Amino acid sequence: MEIPEAIVLAGSAVGAGLAMIAGIGPGIGEGYAVGKACEAIARQPEASGAVTRTMFVGCAVAESTGIYGLIIALLLIFLKPFT
Amino acid sequence: MAIPEFLQGPSELDVSGPKVITSFKIFGLTINFTETVVLEWIVMAVIIGLAVFLTRNLRVRNISKRQAVAEMAVEAITNLVRDTMGKRFLGFTPYIATIFCFSIFGSLISLLGLRAVTSDFSVLLTWAAITFILITATKIRYGGIGGYLKGFTDPIPVMLPINILSEVATPTAMALRHFGNIAGGSIIMGLVYYGLTALSHMIRLQVPILTVGIPAVLSLYFDLFSDFMQAFIFIMLTMVFISNAGPSDDAAET
Repeated sequence: MEIPEAIVLAGSAVGAGLAMIAGIGPGIGEGYAVGKACEAIARQPEASGAVTRTMFVGCAVAESTGIYGLIIALLLIFLKPFT
Repeated sequence: MAIPEFLQGPSELDVSGPKVITSFKIFGLTINFTETVVLEWIVMAVIIGLAVFLTRNLRVRNISKRQAVAEMAVEAITNLVRDTMGKRFLGFTPYIATIFCFSIFGSLISLLGLRAVTSDFSVLLTWAAITFILITATKIRYGGIGGYLKGFTDPIPVMLPINILSEVATPTAMALRHFGNIAGGSIIMGLVYYGLTALSHMIRLQVPILTVGIPAVLSLYFDLFSDFMQAFIFIMLTMVFISNAGPSDDAAET
Protein backbone atom coordinates (compact mmCIF):
# COMPACT_ATOMS: atom_id res chain seq x y z
CA MET A 1 0.00 0.00 0.00
CA GLU A 2 1.26 3.44 -0.94
CA ILE A 3 2.09 5.77 1.91
CA PRO A 4 -0.38 8.56 0.93
CA GLU A 5 -3.16 6.01 0.59
CA ALA A 6 -2.35 4.59 3.99
CA ILE A 7 -2.45 8.07 5.51
CA VAL A 8 -5.87 8.69 3.92
CA LEU A 9 -7.18 5.36 5.24
CA ALA A 10 -5.89 6.10 8.73
CA GLY A 11 -7.47 9.53 8.58
CA SER A 12 -10.78 8.02 7.49
CA ALA A 13 -10.72 5.56 10.37
CA VAL A 14 -9.93 8.28 12.91
CA GLY A 15 -12.62 10.46 11.36
CA ALA A 16 -15.17 7.66 11.64
CA GLY A 17 -14.34 7.29 15.32
CA LEU A 18 -14.64 11.02 15.87
CA ALA A 19 -17.98 11.08 14.02
CA MET A 20 -19.39 8.60 16.50
CA ILE A 21 -18.87 11.14 19.31
CA ALA A 22 -22.22 12.35 17.98
CA GLY A 23 -23.68 9.39 19.88
CA ILE A 24 -23.20 11.15 23.21
CA GLY A 25 -25.89 13.77 22.61
CA PRO A 26 -28.79 11.45 21.74
CA GLY A 27 -27.75 9.15 24.61
CA ILE A 28 -28.08 11.90 27.18
CA GLY A 29 -31.19 13.34 25.57
CA GLU A 30 -33.04 10.05 25.24
CA GLY A 31 -32.13 9.01 28.75
CA TYR A 32 -33.55 12.26 30.06
CA ALA A 33 -36.72 11.86 27.97
CA VAL A 34 -37.30 8.28 29.13
CA GLY A 35 -36.69 9.27 32.75
CA LYS A 36 -39.27 12.02 32.48
CA ALA A 37 -41.70 9.62 30.77
CA CYS A 38 -41.30 7.18 33.69
CA GLU A 39 -42.09 9.99 36.10
CA ALA A 40 -45.14 10.96 34.09
CA ILE A 41 -46.42 7.37 33.99
CA ALA A 42 -45.84 6.99 37.74
CA ARG A 43 -47.88 10.10 38.34
CA GLN A 44 -50.64 9.25 35.86
CA PRO A 45 -50.67 5.54 35.00
CA GLU A 46 -53.86 5.93 32.94
CA ALA A 47 -52.01 8.13 30.42
CA SER A 48 -49.24 5.59 29.86
CA GLY A 49 -50.25 4.87 26.25
CA ALA A 50 -50.08 8.46 25.09
CA VAL A 51 -46.93 9.14 27.11
CA THR A 52 -45.12 6.11 25.68
CA ARG A 53 -46.11 6.97 22.12
CA THR A 54 -44.99 10.57 22.45
CA MET A 55 -41.77 9.47 24.11
CA PHE A 56 -40.87 7.09 21.30
CA VAL A 57 -41.45 9.73 18.65
CA GLY A 58 -39.44 12.24 20.64
CA CYS A 59 -36.64 9.71 21.08
CA ALA A 60 -36.64 9.05 17.34
CA VAL A 61 -36.33 12.73 16.55
CA ALA A 62 -33.60 13.18 19.15
CA GLU A 63 -31.81 10.19 17.71
CA SER A 64 -31.39 11.69 14.24
CA THR A 65 -28.17 13.57 15.06
CA GLY A 66 -26.64 10.33 16.27
CA ILE A 67 -27.81 8.59 13.10
CA TYR A 68 -26.18 11.29 10.98
CA GLY A 69 -22.92 10.61 12.79
CA LEU A 70 -23.36 6.88 12.22
CA ILE A 71 -23.97 7.37 8.50
CA ILE A 72 -20.86 9.56 8.17
CA ALA A 73 -18.84 6.90 10.01
CA LEU A 74 -20.19 4.13 7.77
CA LEU A 75 -19.41 6.16 4.65
CA LEU A 76 -15.86 6.79 5.85
CA ILE A 77 -15.19 3.16 6.74
CA PHE A 78 -16.90 1.25 3.95
CA LEU A 79 -17.14 3.60 0.98
CA LYS A 80 -13.73 5.26 1.51
CA PRO A 81 -14.70 8.43 -0.39
CA PHE A 82 -11.22 10.00 -0.23
CA THR A 83 -9.12 7.17 -1.63
CA MET B 1 -11.78 -33.83 6.66
CA ALA B 2 -13.29 -31.39 4.22
CA ILE B 3 -15.93 -29.05 5.56
CA PRO B 4 -18.54 -27.71 3.12
CA GLU B 5 -18.05 -24.02 2.43
CA PHE B 6 -21.44 -22.87 3.70
CA LEU B 7 -20.64 -24.31 7.13
CA GLN B 8 -17.43 -22.35 7.50
CA GLY B 9 -19.06 -19.01 8.17
CA PRO B 10 -18.21 -15.67 6.57
CA SER B 11 -14.54 -15.48 5.64
CA GLU B 12 -14.59 -11.74 4.99
CA LEU B 13 -16.81 -8.87 5.97
CA ASP B 14 -18.78 -7.80 2.94
CA VAL B 15 -20.53 -4.48 3.29
CA SER B 16 -21.86 -3.20 0.02
CA GLY B 17 -25.02 -1.89 -1.52
CA PRO B 18 -27.63 -4.16 -3.06
CA LYS B 19 -26.39 -6.31 -5.94
CA VAL B 20 -27.13 -4.93 -9.37
CA ILE B 21 -28.74 -7.70 -11.38
CA THR B 22 -28.92 -5.84 -14.66
CA SER B 23 -28.90 -2.23 -15.74
CA PHE B 24 -30.39 -0.50 -18.74
CA LYS B 25 -30.35 3.01 -20.13
CA ILE B 26 -33.37 5.24 -20.62
CA PHE B 27 -32.77 8.75 -22.02
CA GLY B 28 -29.14 8.62 -20.98
CA LEU B 29 -30.01 7.70 -17.38
CA THR B 30 -28.67 4.41 -16.14
CA ILE B 31 -31.39 2.53 -14.31
CA ASN B 32 -30.14 -0.26 -12.11
CA PHE B 33 -32.36 -3.26 -11.63
CA THR B 34 -31.19 -4.30 -8.17
CA GLU B 35 -31.73 -7.04 -5.63
CA THR B 36 -33.93 -4.62 -3.71
CA VAL B 37 -36.47 -4.41 -6.53
CA VAL B 38 -36.86 -8.20 -6.61
CA LEU B 39 -37.19 -8.39 -2.83
CA GLU B 40 -39.71 -5.55 -2.86
CA TRP B 41 -41.90 -7.45 -5.29
CA ILE B 42 -41.64 -10.53 -3.08
CA VAL B 43 -42.65 -8.47 -0.05
CA MET B 44 -45.54 -6.95 -1.97
CA ALA B 45 -46.71 -10.39 -3.06
CA VAL B 46 -46.57 -11.62 0.54
CA ILE B 47 -48.55 -8.64 1.82
CA ILE B 48 -51.18 -8.91 -0.93
CA GLY B 49 -51.46 -12.65 -0.37
CA LEU B 50 -51.90 -12.11 3.36
CA ALA B 51 -54.53 -9.43 2.79
CA VAL B 52 -56.47 -11.63 0.37
CA PHE B 53 -56.19 -14.60 2.71
CA LEU B 54 -57.42 -12.62 5.73
CA THR B 55 -60.37 -10.98 4.00
CA ARG B 56 -61.91 -13.98 2.27
CA ASN B 57 -65.48 -14.94 3.25
CA LEU B 58 -66.22 -11.85 5.32
CA ARG B 59 -69.39 -12.23 7.36
CA VAL B 60 -71.37 -10.06 9.75
CA ARG B 61 -72.25 -12.82 12.23
CA ASN B 62 -70.39 -15.88 13.37
CA ILE B 63 -67.03 -14.59 12.16
CA SER B 64 -64.01 -16.79 11.60
CA LYS B 65 -60.70 -16.43 13.45
CA ARG B 66 -59.16 -15.05 10.26
CA GLN B 67 -61.70 -12.28 10.06
CA ALA B 68 -61.19 -11.45 13.73
CA VAL B 69 -57.47 -10.96 13.10
CA ALA B 70 -58.15 -8.75 10.08
CA GLU B 71 -60.70 -6.68 11.98
CA MET B 72 -58.34 -6.26 14.91
CA ALA B 73 -55.53 -4.99 12.65
CA VAL B 74 -57.79 -2.57 10.77
CA GLU B 75 -59.31 -1.31 14.00
CA ALA B 76 -55.92 -0.79 15.64
CA ILE B 77 -54.52 1.24 12.76
CA THR B 78 -57.75 3.25 12.40
CA ASN B 79 -57.71 4.10 16.09
CA LEU B 80 -54.06 5.13 15.88
CA VAL B 81 -54.75 7.42 12.93
CA ARG B 82 -57.83 8.90 14.63
CA ASP B 83 -55.96 9.55 17.87
CA THR B 84 -52.94 11.10 16.19
CA MET B 85 -54.36 12.95 13.21
CA GLY B 86 -57.97 13.61 14.12
CA LYS B 87 -61.15 12.54 12.39
CA ARG B 88 -60.66 14.71 9.29
CA PHE B 89 -57.58 12.79 8.18
CA LEU B 90 -59.06 9.29 8.47
CA GLY B 91 -58.74 9.02 4.69
CA PHE B 92 -55.00 8.61 5.15
CA THR B 93 -55.45 5.30 6.98
CA PRO B 94 -54.79 3.03 3.95
CA TYR B 95 -51.57 4.89 3.12
CA ILE B 96 -50.34 4.71 6.72
CA ALA B 97 -51.22 1.02 6.97
CA THR B 98 -49.46 0.28 3.68
CA ILE B 99 -46.25 2.01 4.73
CA PHE B 100 -46.37 0.23 8.08
CA CYS B 101 -46.83 -3.24 6.59
CA PHE B 102 -44.27 -2.64 3.87
CA SER B 103 -41.71 -1.36 6.34
CA ILE B 104 -42.21 -4.23 8.79
CA PHE B 105 -42.16 -7.01 6.19
CA GLY B 106 -39.36 -5.31 4.28
CA SER B 107 -37.21 -5.22 7.41
CA LEU B 108 -38.17 -8.63 8.77
CA ILE B 109 -37.10 -10.26 5.50
CA SER B 110 -33.57 -9.96 6.91
CA LEU B 111 -34.48 -12.72 9.38
CA LEU B 112 -34.54 -15.11 6.43
CA GLY B 113 -30.97 -14.21 5.54
CA LEU B 114 -32.03 -11.98 2.69
CA ARG B 115 -31.07 -8.35 2.39
CA ALA B 116 -33.53 -6.06 4.16
CA VAL B 117 -35.44 -3.91 1.67
CA THR B 118 -35.20 -0.99 4.08
CA SER B 119 -31.40 -1.05 4.16
CA ASP B 120 -31.48 0.48 0.68
CA PHE B 121 -31.62 4.23 0.98
CA SER B 122 -33.55 4.79 -2.24
CA VAL B 123 -36.54 2.85 -0.87
CA LEU B 124 -36.78 5.05 2.20
CA LEU B 125 -36.22 8.18 0.15
CA THR B 126 -39.14 7.18 -2.07
CA TRP B 127 -41.45 6.74 0.90
CA ALA B 128 -40.29 10.02 2.39
CA ALA B 129 -40.85 11.73 -0.97
CA ILE B 130 -44.44 10.42 -1.06
CA THR B 131 -44.95 11.77 2.46
CA PHE B 132 -43.47 15.10 1.39
CA ILE B 133 -45.90 15.31 -1.53
CA LEU B 134 -48.79 14.53 0.82
CA ILE B 135 -47.64 17.22 3.27
CA THR B 136 -47.42 19.79 0.50
CA ALA B 137 -50.78 18.72 -0.93
CA THR B 138 -52.42 19.05 2.49
CA LYS B 139 -50.92 22.52 2.94
CA ILE B 140 -52.18 23.64 -0.48
CA ARG B 141 -55.59 22.08 0.12
CA TYR B 142 -56.17 23.96 3.37
CA GLY B 143 -54.34 27.19 2.64
CA GLY B 144 -54.43 27.57 -1.13
CA ILE B 145 -51.35 28.08 -3.28
CA GLY B 146 -50.98 31.64 -2.01
CA GLY B 147 -51.18 30.53 1.59
CA TYR B 148 -48.66 27.78 0.94
CA LEU B 149 -46.14 30.16 -0.63
CA LYS B 150 -46.81 32.75 2.08
CA GLY B 151 -46.01 30.13 4.71
CA PHE B 152 -42.38 30.25 3.65
CA THR B 153 -42.07 33.88 4.77
CA ASP B 154 -43.45 33.12 8.21
CA PRO B 155 -42.93 34.89 10.62
CA ILE B 156 -40.68 37.39 8.76
CA PRO B 157 -39.46 37.32 5.12
CA VAL B 158 -35.82 37.02 6.23
CA MET B 159 -36.60 33.45 7.35
CA LEU B 160 -37.19 32.31 3.74
CA PRO B 161 -33.95 30.29 3.28
CA ILE B 162 -34.32 28.64 6.69
CA ASN B 163 -37.93 27.71 5.96
CA ILE B 164 -37.01 26.17 2.60
CA LEU B 165 -34.19 24.27 4.27
CA SER B 166 -36.45 22.92 7.00
CA GLU B 167 -39.02 21.90 4.38
CA VAL B 168 -36.40 19.83 2.56
CA ALA B 169 -34.90 18.52 5.79
CA THR B 170 -38.17 16.89 6.90
CA PRO B 171 -38.28 14.00 4.39
CA THR B 172 -34.49 13.67 4.30
CA ALA B 173 -34.29 13.26 8.06
CA MET B 174 -37.15 10.74 8.06
CA ALA B 175 -35.49 8.63 5.37
CA LEU B 176 -32.02 8.86 6.92
CA ARG B 177 -33.31 7.86 10.35
CA HIS B 178 -35.00 4.69 9.12
CA PHE B 179 -32.10 3.81 6.82
CA GLY B 180 -29.45 4.48 9.47
CA ASN B 181 -31.13 2.30 12.03
CA ILE B 182 -31.69 -0.69 9.77
CA ALA B 183 -28.40 -0.49 7.87
CA GLY B 184 -26.43 0.14 11.07
CA GLY B 185 -28.12 -2.81 12.74
CA SER B 186 -27.37 -5.14 9.83
CA ILE B 187 -23.73 -4.03 9.76
CA ILE B 188 -23.39 -4.64 13.49
CA MET B 189 -24.93 -8.11 13.05
CA GLY B 190 -22.51 -8.79 10.20
CA LEU B 191 -19.59 -7.73 12.41
CA VAL B 192 -20.81 -10.01 15.21
CA TYR B 193 -21.06 -13.03 12.89
CA TYR B 194 -17.67 -12.28 11.37
CA GLY B 195 -16.05 -11.78 14.76
CA LEU B 196 -17.51 -14.96 16.24
CA THR B 197 -16.42 -16.95 13.19
CA ALA B 198 -12.89 -15.61 13.49
CA LEU B 199 -12.93 -16.38 17.22
CA SER B 200 -14.01 -19.98 16.71
CA HIS B 201 -11.38 -20.46 14.00
CA MET B 202 -8.85 -19.08 16.46
CA ILE B 203 -9.65 -21.75 19.06
CA ARG B 204 -9.27 -24.41 16.35
CA LEU B 205 -12.94 -25.16 15.73
CA GLN B 206 -13.48 -26.20 12.13
CA VAL B 207 -17.18 -25.34 12.19
CA PRO B 208 -17.90 -21.94 13.82
CA ILE B 209 -20.11 -23.25 16.61
CA LEU B 210 -19.86 -19.96 18.52
CA THR B 211 -22.11 -18.28 15.93
CA VAL B 212 -25.00 -20.44 17.12
CA GLY B 213 -27.14 -18.84 19.79
CA ILE B 214 -25.05 -15.85 20.84
CA PRO B 215 -26.09 -13.54 17.96
CA ALA B 216 -29.76 -14.39 18.55
CA VAL B 217 -29.83 -12.15 21.60
CA LEU B 218 -28.52 -9.21 19.61
CA SER B 219 -30.74 -10.08 16.68
CA LEU B 220 -33.73 -9.70 18.98
CA TYR B 221 -32.89 -6.03 19.34
CA PHE B 222 -31.34 -5.17 15.99
CA ASP B 223 -33.73 -7.16 13.82
CA LEU B 224 -37.03 -7.46 15.67
CA PHE B 225 -37.33 -4.53 18.07
CA SER B 226 -35.62 -1.97 15.88
CA ASP B 227 -37.68 -2.98 12.82
CA PHE B 228 -40.99 -2.57 14.59
CA MET B 229 -39.83 0.63 16.24
CA GLN B 230 -38.64 2.23 13.02
CA ALA B 231 -41.81 1.29 11.14
CA PHE B 232 -43.89 2.74 13.96
CA ILE B 233 -41.81 5.90 14.16
CA PHE B 234 -41.93 6.38 10.39
CA ILE B 235 -45.74 6.27 10.31
CA MET B 236 -46.00 8.37 13.49
CA LEU B 237 -43.86 11.11 11.97
CA THR B 238 -45.80 10.88 8.69
CA MET B 239 -49.05 11.33 10.57
CA VAL B 240 -47.76 14.17 12.73
CA PHE B 241 -46.32 16.09 9.79
CA ILE B 242 -49.41 15.66 7.62
CA SER B 243 -51.83 16.64 10.35
CA ASN B 244 -49.67 19.64 11.27
CA ALA B 245 -49.90 20.80 7.66
CA GLY B 246 -53.64 21.33 8.00
CA PRO B 247 -55.44 23.56 10.50
CA SER B 248 -56.03 22.17 13.98
CA ASP B 249 -59.08 20.03 14.63
CA ASP B 250 -60.97 22.64 16.66
CA ALA B 251 -60.51 25.33 14.03
CA ALA B 252 -61.97 23.12 11.33
CA GLU B 253 -65.07 22.11 13.28
CA THR B 254 -66.20 25.58 14.24
